[in-house]
Amino acid sequence: MFRKFTLSALAALAVTAGAAQAAGSEGHVHDTDFSFEGPFGTFDQNQLQRGLQIYTEVCSACHGLRYVPLRTLADEGGPHLPEDQVRAYASQNFETFDAELDDTRPAIPADHFPQSNLPNAPDLSLMAKARSGFHGPYGLGINQFFKGIGGPEYIVSVLTGYTGETKEEAGTTYYENTAFPGGWIAMAPPLAGEDVEFADGHSNELHHEAEDIAAFLMWAAEPKMMARKHAGFVAVVFLVILSSLLYLTNKKLWAPHKGKKHA
Amino acid sequence: MSGIPHDHYEPKTGAEKWLHSRLPVVGLLYDTLMIPTPKNLNWWWIWGIVLAFCLVLQIATGVVLVMHYTPHVDMAFASVEHIMRDVRGGHMLRYLHANGASLFFFAVYIHIFRGLFYGSYKAPREVTWIVGMIIYLLMMATGFMGYVLPWGQMSFWGATVITGLFGAIPFIGETLQTFLLGGPAVDNATLNRFFSLHYLLPFVIAGLVIVHIWAFHSTGNNNPTGVPVRTGSKEEAEKDTLPFWPYFVIKDLVGLAIVLLVFFAIVGFMPNYLGHPDNYIEANPLATPAHIVPEWYFLPFYAILRAFTADVWVVMLANWVTGGIVTAKFFGVLAMFGAIIVMALVPWLDTSSVRSGRFRPMFKWWFYLLLIDFFVLMWCGAMPAEPPYSTISLIGSAYWFAYFLVILPLLGVIEKPLPQPATIEDDFKAHYGPKTPAE
Repeated sequence: MFRKFTLSALAALAVTAGAAQAAGSEGHVHDTDFSFEGPFGTFDQNQLQRGLQIYTEVCSACHGLRYVPLRTLADEGGPHLPEDQVRAYASQNFETFDAELDDTRPAIPADHFPQSNLPNAPDLSLMAKARSGFHGPYGLGINQFFKGIGGPEYIVSVLTGYTGETKEEAGTTYYENTAFPGGWIAMAPPLAGEDVEFADGHSNELHHEAEDIAAFLMWAAEPKMMARKHAGFVAVVFLVILSSLLYLTNKKLWAPHKGKKHA
Repeated sequence: MSGIPHDHYEPKTGAEKWLHSRLPVVGLLYDTLMIPTPKNLNWWWIWGIVLAFCLVLQIATGVVLVMHYTPHVDMAFASVEHIMRDVRGGHMLRYLHANGASLFFFAVYIHIFRGLFYGSYKAPREVTWIVGMIIYLLMMATGFMGYVLPWGQMSFWGATVITGLFGAIPFIGETLQTFLLGGPAVDNATLNRFFSLHYLLPFVIAGLVIVHIWAFHSTGNNNPTGVPVRTGSKEEAEKDTLPFWPYFVIKDLVGLAIVLLVFFAIVGFMPNYLGHPDNYIEANPLATPAHIVPEWYFLPFYAILRAFTADVWVVMLANWVTGGIVTAKFFGVLAMFGAIIVMALVPWLDTSSVRSGRFRPMFKWWFYLLLIDFFVLMWCGAMPAEPPYSTISLIGSAYWFAYFLVILPLLGVIEKPLPQPATIEDDFKAHYGPKTPAE
């Protein structure tokens, strides 16, 4: 049986790999300009807070964020909520099972966000890094080099990609979606626009909401992005200086042996 | 150590003499660092240092990552997220380690193709070449097993597909596969043994690197002309060479710093570009990803593996001749390993007495075609196994074998090489003017 299993995996590689690439089945992901793109891009703190609100009021009904500790909501380079707000947010919104109490209790910042409430609703902790767009041209990955891997853009495209068509198969309703691979998704349209009221009066049109939640999920997936880019920048500047100095050292070291270069 | 005459370490003080007569370690280090090196080496010769750096980087970051990683199917994925979120600097360590593997392979491919172009594999450097090929194979094993550890979807399914290859070996395949996996399928036992070996193999590689360096220090470096260093006397040798320290250490460090500049830009600004998004989904034995692809550095050989399907006439012939023992799948496995074996045997397949491709007018073009072939195969490996990619893979694989098994043996006979410089000194002088007096 297990041999068959392995063989079918090999077959899957040959067959479904082709199917996935076949015309039309790969969903369409449109490019969105996010504040966190590029080497100097940063998260927009207000956008992350709006995204958190959408997650709390809409997504969290079904989806979890099991890898994200609640305390990180206070982190710099993230939503950066004051600590007392994080404590209040945790206790008001989530309950955790405590093995010591042998009972549930209100969540504290040291806890993680809960798991998904529905078994078939995927956890969203890493969703923004687990999806992609912009393959090509010809599978060369050049588009991803310029536009990014496309995870957050995929999320925006799915949330705004419902056509309104539905179909029923084996008792499950599927919704037509232009971004979802295969074209039919089991998730009912979660956002319609004007689903939440933002305290800062920011627009709650569908595409704004979709961008806010995508940005929040990008932070959830990559909470250390700002620190990472900073470290990368410092390293690059340091290496530019180091390689220039080494280049000059090398030039001087070799000069007596080289003389003038011919043509 | 080297066959090139040069000054050796002479202990001067009493303490130095005391140690030298008991353990000549200072002398060993001195002779290793001061080895006479052909002074006409070009920038393609810096990748050895880059590779040494990669090995140190991978071991250093790996040792710390292990302190926070849990090799268990229920906890591995979460422990990687723990490293990314809770461990101080953990996200940098992991991205350095993951992208470090890519840099390692990028460097090794340039290093290998440099050897192929300048004939570095030819006598008397066959042992250096063979040891290098063993290091390369161990790197592939280490890289593959390391990719399994985060226990994402590609980890699991990649492991399933690759270990499945061993199952294709006739008669013993199934037993061998079970032995490798530690059970009937990829599971906790597999993860544990891969973890253990992923930690062990880099140290085996480190040992072989020392042998690799020892080997080419015994023969001396090859150089872009392929013309040997004159070894008649120390004076003659000094006209062709300069000591490794400081001339080549500093030059290699320039190269390393520039390579690291690009490397750190990738780690800092696009650390997931070379990875696969599916590996951020925890392994699920019940859900096969739509498209199982290995890491980019395996793609050319993956394309060769997939190229030989049951409808290819060589495969049908092999199947008929062996009475069905060689199936299409087994043929693919043989082709994949064969592609590396023919490369390892190149010192004996290349019949030309001229080392450097610089003086081989016909070889040059076949070599450039091999380089293009390598990239085409890499691209095919990432594409689905269907026309036109399957046909292109087949042509690419055929050329790979033809290059080593037909073209190289024939070229040595039919090609008329260009005149080579008499000495390295002549080559050096042809590029640079006469020595300016030392300052």
